[in-house]
Amino acid sequence: MSVNIVLLLVMGVMYAGGVYLLLERTLTRVLLGILLMTNATNMLILIMSGAPGEAPLVEDGLDPGAYTDPLPQALTLTAIVISFAITAFMLGMIYRSWKLGRRDEVLVDTEDVKVAEQPSFDAEDDAELLEETSEFLDEDEDPNADYEHATAINPSTGPLPVKPQRDGTVRVRPTVGRRRVQEMEEGERPVGSSGHDDHLPDEDERAGSPRSRPPRSTEHQQDNRQDTRDGDGRAPRGRRRKGDG
Amino acid sequence: MDQGLVSLAPLAVLLPILGAALAFVLVRRPRAQIAVTVTTITITLMLECLLLAATWDTGAVAVFLGGWEAPWGITMVVDRFSALMLVISSAVVLAVLVYASAQGVTDQDQGGPVSIFHPTFLILVAGVSNAFLAGDLFNLYVGFEMLLTASYVLLTLGGTGPRVRAGVTYVVVSVISSVVFLAAIAMIYGATGTVNMADLAGKLAQLDPDVQMVLHVMLLVGFGIKAAVFPLSFWLPDSYPTAPAPVTAVFAGLLTKVGVYAIVRTETLLFPGDRVNAVLLWIALLTMIVGILGALAQNDIKRVLSFTLVSHIGYMIFGLGMSNVLGLGATIFYVVHHITVQTSLFLVTGLIEQRAGTANVDRLGGLARISPLIAILFFLPAMNLAGIPPFSGFLGKVGLVQAGVGADSMMAWALVVGSVVTSLLTLLVMVRVWTRAFWRRVEDVEHPPAKLVLAMDSHEAALASSTATREARDGRGRTVRGPTVGLVAPTIGLVALGLSFTVLAGPLYAFADRSATDMLARTPYIEAVLGEEAAAQAALDVGQLEDRGIVTPQEEENSGPGTFQPIEGADSEGEDAGTRPGGEVPGDPGGAPPSQDEDTSPGTEGGTP
Repeated sequence: MSVNIVLLLVMGVMYAGGVYLLLERTLTRVLLGILLMTNATNMLILIMSGAPGEAPLVEDGLDPGAYTDPLPQALTLTAIVISFAITAFMLGMIYRSWKLGRRDEVLVDTEDVKVAEQPSFDAEDDAELLEETSEFLDEDEDPNADYEHATAINPSTGPLPVKPQRDGTVRVRPTVGRRRVQEMEEGERPVGSSGHDDHLPDEDERAGSPRSRPPRSTEHQQDNRQDTRDGDGRAPRGRRRKGDG
Repeated sequence: MDQGLVSLAPLAVLLPILGAALAFVLVRRPRAQIAVTVTTITITLMLECLLLAATWDTGAVAVFLGGWEAPWGITMVVDRFSALMLVISSAVVLAVLVYASAQGVTDQDQGGPVSIFHPTFLILVAGVSNAFLAGDLFNLYVGFEMLLTASYVLLTLGGTGPRVRAGVTYVVVSVISSVVFLAAIAMIYGATGTVNMADLAGKLAQLDPDVQMVLHVMLLVGFGIKAAVFPLSFWLPDSYPTAPAPVTAVFAGLLTKVGVYAIVRTETLLFPGDRVNAVLLWIALLTMIVGILGALAQNDIKRVLSFTLVSHIGYMIFGLGMSNVLGLGATIFYVVHHITVQTSLFLVTGLIEQRAGTANVDRLGGLARISPLIAILFFLPAMNLAGIPPFSGFLGKVGLVQAGVGADSMMAWALVVGSVVTSLLTLLVMVRVWTRAFWRRVEDVEHPPAKLVLAMDSHEAALASSTATREARDGRGRTVRGPTVGLVAPTIGLVALGLSFTVLAGPLYAFADRSATDMLARTPYIEAVLGEEAAAQAALDVGQLEDRGIVTPQEEENSGPGTFQPIEGADSEGEDAGTRPGGEVPGDPGGAPPSQDEDTSPGTEGGTP
């Protein structure tokens, strides 16, 4: 079987480009990757049909080997129709995803994050219950704050402890406890508070992508720090002056 | 007579498509739509029962569409395995359909099935039937695409945030698996010049062994993604749980099993022998263990069940990897058992969600008091899945363990241990769900959903004074309504079907063993499609393969579990049945001593819990 080297090269490039685009987080690029890959596969079927020949319409006295193999064309046609339908569906889904989340990206699975967040699988049994040794505890020094949090797997009771890293991955804070109480008190809106099943993705959930803005919570914390420490507020300005001078 | 009946096989695909068209026309009349859909599936089920009866004795029969002979035209093949799969899938689908219709009628919520549900569901059924009946690889691909495209729509029904997110993962992964499969078809066509599976069975054997291996592995990867075997199973627990309960139920029951079916066909018909069995056994072990460990970490019942689904695919691959009649027969039995049990578990989860407002075990409690019926309906299939003795899950696992012990190699023993451990862990997972959701008191629950508390209150009010019962019901009837008949009846039906496999284990196992013998011998299938000459040639090929297997040291190393003795020893009648060590399947399917023992046990089991 002879193979057209140009077609083969084009197919290879299309596969490579398709795989590259599929690995992106942006849905539109993923769709383009799928398009490239399905078309590369169609091309593969065509290549496999062998050398081109006469149109496959029966003529008298023509050697059967002279015809082009019609079956791969039929296969390709079917495959094209199928990929067309899937493309249309994907476009609809991307548009829906955009309308819902204002993000053209693959979202983080909140259930996965919740499972990863669990300190252990049976929180009620494993959480430590400390005895209160003093009656005069501050509110944020309650020794059983850990217990409350360990048992509260329900998303509506606490924020998801997701922290976006610089390299685009999502880190889930392993420890739960007092720090989360404080964050709650600072007025951060808990993720998932809008409902258990059908809540729209919040800022924190969408933060797992490389292109996302820094989450609001970190900005908020930085502001707090600047408010509490007077000296630090001037320090960057001083540096800037140095740079200017 | 039989031949004439079997030539109606394409109707199993055509009827659902016609029904879908009709249902689509009736999109504004929900009741008519339900009537059309249920009628269509019922007729299809009856037709498939006839097909099963026709192939029960004769074995494989081919139908040539449009009268085009085998290697050229589109062929549909009904053999014992595909007929059994058709019947069981349609039975499950019918139950799910009744359930979904009742849910749509009672709930009318935004998450429930909408008017597009019924036509899409029928297309899904047509795709599944087409995949089971396909006699050539490309038709199998088309069947896959039909069911996948329908499943995309069903999975993202309603288009809420989590469903779209899950849908994106699902669609992309499915498309990749389809691309791999299609590329494999293209290469197979380039190498052999045919896509007819019976024809391929002869022609693939003439290729260079390395080329064969590439094609083989490509097909397995494509099907492996669909069947959700371990390294390729990551997508399943992400995408299934967000869909509505009936959709998840039918996906869990059928879609992965279509992948398993395709893997079985690849391993038996296209590439016979034990070429990749070592890898398959490893995959089976990892699928079982990793899947069930994933289930342990979950809190949502739907996600727990998704992980057990992945885990129990490993059992099927285990039996297949043995590549002998014992293992493959047990796999077939296990597939049938698992389709029913997994689907009924998901349907019961839907009942729980409807009753309590959530499926998260951390927020559930006291359901056994509120609704003992749901408790029993969950308990029976859960124990069935875990493999507690009188149930069919136990019988399937016993068959697999017997096959593993019979093979007597290191890897087979590892799998025997792995399957027992997985069974125990499944029991642990199921009991954990049971004790939390059903057994503990509502007062112990951290954040019980309002629906659950209301249900509990009304239940206690009803208990407190029987005279006040009606008033309490009247007062709160709308918020705390119990499960309706339309939801409960199909669930009961499926659970009963799962239990009936215990009673019918004798004949069913004998049938599974006979179809396994057919598939391993390959000749009945090929003879039905291409005639006797090709079948004789294929038998010769297997003999040559055995020669090669003995000669090549690498093959010998891999050849632990798989031997060709049972293939040559037994012909398509149930002669092999005596080889099953425990004498579980006696020669005559009618009066089976072990199954008679079990005849009594499910009766008591059904009564006591």
